[in-house]
Amino acid sequence: MPATTFTAEDLRRILREGAGADDGVDLDGDILDAEFEALGYESLALLETGGRIEREFDITLDDDTLTDARTPRALIEAVNARLSASAA
Amino acid sequence: MTTGAAGGRRVVITGIGVTAPGGPGVKNFWQLLTDGRTATRSISFFDPAPFRSQVAAEVDFDAELLGLSPQEIRRMDRAAQFAVVTAREAVEDSGLETGELDPYRVGVTIGSAVGATTGLDQEYRTVSDGGRLELVDHAYAVPHLYDYLVPSSFAAEVAWAVGAEGPGTVVSTGCTSGLDAVGHAAELIREGSADVMIAGAADAPISPITVACFDAIKATTPRNDDPEHASRPFDASRNGFVLGEGSAVFVLEELDAARRRGAHVYAEIAGYATRSNAFHMTGLRPDGREMAEAIRVALDEARMNPGDLDYINAHGSGTKQNDRHETAAFKRSLGEHARRTPVSSIKSMVGHSLGAIGSIEIAASALAMEHGVVPPTANLHRPDPECDLDYVPLTAREHRTDAVLSVGSGFGGFQSAIVLARPERSAR
Amino acid sequence: MRGKAVVTGLGVAAPNGLGVEEYWRATLGGRTGIGRITRFDPTNYPARLAGEIEGFVAEDHLPGRLLPQTDRMTRIALVGADWAFADAGIAPGDLPEFDMGVITASSSGGFEFGQNELRALWSKGGQYVSAYQSFAWFYAVNSGQISIRNGMRGPSGVVVSDQAGGLDALAQARRQIRKGTSLVMTGAIDASLCPWGWVAQLAGGRLSTSDDPEHAYLPFDARARGHVPGEGGALLVLEDGEHAERRGARVHGEFAGYGSTFDPRPGSGRPPGLRKAIELALADAGLEPDGIDVVFADAAAVPELDRVEAEALAGVFGPRGVPVTAPKTMTGRLYSGAAPLDLAAAFLALRDQVIPPTVHTDPDASYDLDLVGPEPRPAALGTALVLARGHGGFNSAAVVRTATG
Repeated sequence: MPATTFTAEDLRRILREGAGADDGVDLDGDILDAEFEALGYESLALLETGGRIEREFDITLDDDTLTDARTPRALIEAVNARLSASAA
Repeated sequence: MTTGAAGGRRVVITGIGVTAPGGPGVKNFWQLLTDGRTATRSISFFDPAPFRSQVAAEVDFDAELLGLSPQEIRRMDRAAQFAVVTAREAVEDSGLETGELDPYRVGVTIGSAVGATTGLDQEYRTVSDGGRLELVDHAYAVPHLYDYLVPSSFAAEVAWAVGAEGPGTVVSTGCTSGLDAVGHAAELIREGSADVMIAGAADAPISPITVACFDAIKATTPRNDDPEHASRPFDASRNGFVLGEGSAVFVLEELDAARRRGAHVYAEIAGYATRSNAFHMTGLRPDGREMAEAIRVALDEARMNPGDLDYINAHGSGTKQNDRHETAAFKRSLGEHARRTPVSSIKSMVGHSLGAIGSIEIAASALAMEHGVVPPTANLHRPDPECDLDYVPLTAREHRTDAVLSVGSGFGGFQSAIVLARPERSAR
Repeated sequence: MRGKAVVTGLGVAAPNGLGVEEYWRATLGGRTGIGRITRFDPTNYPARLAGEIEGFVAEDHLPGRLLPQTDRMTRIALVGADWAFADAGIAPGDLPEFDMGVITASSSGGFEFGQNELRALWSKGGQYVSAYQSFAWFYAVNSGQISIRNGMRGPSGVVVSDQAGGLDALAQARRQIRKGTSLVMTGAIDASLCPWGWVAQLAGGRLSTSDDPEHAYLPFDARARGHVPGEGGALLVLEDGEHAERRGARVHGEFAGYGSTFDPRPGSGRPPGLRKAIELALADAGLEPDGIDVVFADAAAVPELDRVEAEALAGVFGPRGVPVTAPKTMTGRLYSGAAPLDLAAAFLALRDQVIPPTVHTDPDASYDLDLVGPEPRPAALGTALVLARGHGGFNSAAVVRTATG
């Protein structure tokens, strides 16, 4: 069993630390299905976010994961899929 | 009638020096390009195993053999060493007796994107004891660390080497530095602030910190199993650039003075412009409008039309976004002539040496005019459908070249264009 | 105003004052911004004083998304540019996008940002290096970030010539204005007050090791023992004179003359280049030496360099031939930010007809300088000469004058 899961709270925290938050966006609000772009995060912010997730959770994300995951929900699912795969 | 850039003083290249992967000196450089060989390989300067991208275009550089004194070698970062060796080659090539000039009329402009990064990386490791000390220990610092801190030391070293006492500076506009340094120097001659400029660029960024920072944004290629074919501008399979290093330096002179002394003239710096995309520090807008504007203004300054261009030396870094951006910019600024004009990227062979490459590409452009040969884009087997111009794949092409456009695109949003032409051309 | 480049906006961030008026009040009041370093523990370093900017809270001025990707000096520069626009009474949106450029000077880029990433690399590994490292530390970062924040797509650039670069940036901006660009944001904000930057500056051998803020940085004084570094500088809106006139802008003054030289290689026997740079700047402005009303000195506080500067001034203006001041005795030397701050001070001096003081220094009589003392000196001012020199031999000189001149 995977000992760790990647939660929405993890993502919020990592986004704040690594990329900051847009002033007009409430990260604590209902953001799971908002597009990252609408939340103010462009490719570079997602690369920084991805790098931090990889380090903290000791996984490697495919190059496409970050470009394909357009919403927080999609990214969280992709990271958790990766976590279960590495735990298996 | 023949005319120059907006009338007045005109600026020409009378000497070229190149230190590039594949062997130092202009001769080795041009041989590599016209052979279509690549100088990219697995990184040998340090163990690249921990990094995502492990390939680079390294210069086999023997500073002592190339004439640097032990003192010069000791106090200079690798990039500064490149600049000095290359400047000496350029001056010798020009036949200029710098000792006979008024030193105040001779200036130096050296481009560099990342300055003494390699030296700083090594020294940080030492004074921080491998990153353990936050309060790094000055007792272990090398005496010339200040010259690493502020890379204007590169211009100072070149000025000393050639005896220049006129305007001196380093131009640091990211990956357009080498192009902007030459453009800037040409403006100084044109406005009358100098008669001769030693202008070019140098970067030696192949060090762990640079490799790591490009890894972090996946800008460099991970094609580690095939280093010779890792740099693939305009190819559908391209997946990032290959880090390079090197230098090119030119002697720029006022045209009439060059003619009076019977100097060999490679090309006139006929037009130059730079614009910013004001969009993103690393991202490019797909439509290429700011680069297109720089190209338009540079052609205008040269009083030339798109149809006058015989060759386009592309930025062609081999990242997904750059090559499309640039292709769009050519189409936008040159119209139908974008399709009729051969375009190539020498980064396929010598990699991307950040700020230095703009000058190295100007050298390639001037040599294309000199020899009537256009260098190829190596490793281009299957063009990206969105990159649909004539990129001179694989093999150099004999092609009379009287006018060249060279462009650059850099982090920070800088988009620059320079036009080289024969001074005796007839302008519109 | 045809063909002239005029300054219409000032954005100042100095160790003794944030914002134009606060800086100017502090400067006329002789208030120093030099003190013991607080940003890190300097106890074990031989030099422990610096001019730190106090009270700058980036979060109050900049969007949250910008903070993780910017060094402190870039944050200050972005805000300084905002202030300069506001002072100029113009918003970037008022001009066509290709008609505005950004040309800044830098000396060491975002060095503190770079330090942190180097530490991450060597203590933890390459995968800990930030995605922003590729640009956050490099020399072009301020021009790039200012252009993005303000949508400025015209000719931009970055020059590095150590402390002389601040004037070289203005000259390059004027060049672009003469070629047809209406407005260029120019100048420099610089800083490398972090342990790694400090060690690199110590290696330069010119830092004062005094612990007394009143006796540490004493240019032209027999007790001169090196300088105190600081952080900050100024950004200036340089504008085409006609453009400024058409929009009825308040004009601080004209950037009227510039000259730059490089010192001969050591041992050549040729004279230093500073005097020639001054002569070039005067000729460029169309002025004779007696047309200069005040000089803002480079003020190295290294005896040999003070001697060179004093001799250049005596050579051009005659012994004690012109009032000389060094308000940077209250801020420390701000690297590429120093000369733009001196330009700002010069324009304010022209406005208020008063020469700002030089504090703490007791000038050595042998320099034969009319050095303005610790009190401001009222004077009829129409022009000023600003000098800046960079490590390795860079000399730059600029002449400014009142707009009506």
